[in-house]
Amino acid sequence: MSAVAEALPAKPRTALRERLASPKVLVLTCVALFLVLVASVVVAIGLGAALVTPAETARYLWVALSGGSIAADEITTYQIIWQIRTPRVLLAALVGAGLSAVGVAIQAMVRNALADPFVLGVSSGASVGAVGVTVTGGLAALGVYAVSAGAFIGALVASFLVYAASSSRGALSPLRLVLTGVAMSLGFQALMSVIIYFAPDSEATGMVLYWTMGSFGAASWGALPVVAAVVLLGLAVLHRYGRALDVLALGDETAASLGVSADRHRRSLLVVVSLITGVMVAVSGAISFVGLVMPHLVRMVVGAGHARVLAVAPLVGAVFMVWVDLLSRTVVAPRELPLGVITALVGVPVFITLMRRKGHVFGGR
Amino acid sequence: MDLRIDGLGVTIDGRSLVHDLSLDVADGEVVGLVGPNGSGKSTALRCVYRALRPAAGAVRVGGDDITRLPMRRSAQLLAAMTQDGAVDLDFTVEEVVALGRAPHQRGNQALTGRERELCAAAMERLNLTHLARRGILTLSGGERQRVLLARALVQEPRVLVLDEPTNHLDIRHQVEILSHLRGAGPTVLVVLHDLNLAAAACDRLGVLHQGRLVASGTPKDVLTEALVADVFGVRATVVPHPLTGDPQLLYALHS
Repeated sequence: MSAVAEALPAKPRTALRERLASPKVLVLTCVALFLVLVASVVVAIGLGAALVTPAETARYLWVALSGGSIAADEITTYQIIWQIRTPRVLLAALVGAGLSAVGVAIQAMVRNALADPFVLGVSSGASVGAVGVTVTGGLAALGVYAVSAGAFIGALVASFLVYAASSSRGALSPLRLVLTGVAMSLGFQALMSVIIYFAPDSEATGMVLYWTMGSFGAASWGALPVVAAVVLLGLAVLHRYGRALDVLALGDETAASLGVSADRHRRSLLVVVSLITGVMVAVSGAISFVGLVMPHLVRMVVGAGHARVLAVAPLVGAVFMVWVDLLSRTVVAPRELPLGVITALVGVPVFITLMRRKGHVFGGR
Repeated sequence: MDLRIDGLGVTIDGRSLVHDLSLDVADGEVVGLVGPNGSGKSTALRCVYRALRPAAGAVRVGGDDITRLPMRRSAQLLAAMTQDGAVDLDFTVEEVVALGRAPHQRGNQALTGRERELCAAAMERLNLTHLARRGILTLSGGERQRVLLARALVQEPRVLVLDEPTNHLDIRHQVEILSHLRGAGPTVLVVLHDLNLAAAACDRLGVLHQGRLVASGTPKDVLTEALVADVFGVRATVVPHPLTGDPQLLYALHS
């Protein structure tokens, strides 16, 4: 019985994977996913304490973009739509896309199925930076962006330390990179505990939850252009690394024989990946799970080729994150659930089910 | 194109693994590198396919010192079938073979018509066509080695190096893999464990012992009872193969 049940679903998926190998089908799939993303964004912007239909939402968005006019009694709704929800939903889409793509790149680059964007200590570094700024009141000149800036700096410092500590004799071995990242993360968490311990009355305790579970509550138009620029540019760069990632996934020796210097590529990728992750963490905290699981989910459907995975994964991740954020702000409104809670509660069962049906995810083990 | 290893030396953590190794492989020749475990065979080979930078000496392909060439350029001239064949991601056979074209392509460029034909021909030749859409992780050891060889051939190398290509294979697959070496077109340098297979498959042999080349020449010249006793510490009787005349070693566990 169970053998039949397992054998059946495998067939259509293999067929889809084969069809996706053709560039035309891949482009069509991406266009379809993009349309789903646009629809999700419009629907999500309309939903919340003040309900707005998708058609109305689209009208407001059009007014905002084209500079049209609205009736006087619509101003409150318009402001909720345009000033609060739109930047928030767009940020969710960007971060979802970024985390998925970075997850794909990092898993190939360190050759580890358990790697995610935060495996190199970026998130705990960011937390230390953010909490440090909050407690000390540093970077005050940056105003409302001080905490984000602190988080970004913390993330980059963490990446750099991990990089410096793991390279030896000019080589950067994948396993060393992961182990150093894990060790450094624990160190940063301890550092953060120390800061909070000595500043118990500050708002730092609340910030820890925010930074370790993630939220788009602080989204505004102000920070969005920077995030958009870094994430979209990062996606383009990572996509260009598609074949190089394929080769890296075959191992360093093979990579050398195929004309790819694994060390050099890992180094440049580390810079790209740290910048994207640092920016994302600075504006949304460390949203777990997406960067770990989305790559696996997408690979199960489209196969392992990175050019394909890196085209599809950001779109799927963006759609997923838009809906996760919607749940986070509507389920227990007016309070908000941390994003990490929802990504795990929704993602884990889906992931386990798919993994059991497919039989293997990564490494065939 | 010929391959010349010229006074090659490798030192790692103060330990000299390969010392002053010089070995020439003429255009179209199949040369085997044999020696006991830890004699430096794989280390020397890693310098040839540029996974390792030699501390001394040079590896020349067609006269050019490969460390002076861009990685892509040397990979266009020289392909390797390495030991770290284990892949973690579930690429299809087709995809892995196509990656052999990576040194000839830029970015994510799609395969040209000629390149697709090349891949199809290599898979045909190694009897992989029926496995083209299969995941690499579902293959047996022998099938996987054939995929790696197909990938190396698709690279259209002038020189092919192989690091123990028969490892973990049963005897049928060992013979099969080695039968593809001769007449594969390019110049071949292969590290082998099995001396009898090496004698059958190679035009010439080089014997490494403690990082030094202690003998080189035709299998008949090199594989003597004295050398085998000296280098491998094993007593063997050398007899000519009844059909081919290649020297073959017989080992007696008790004498």
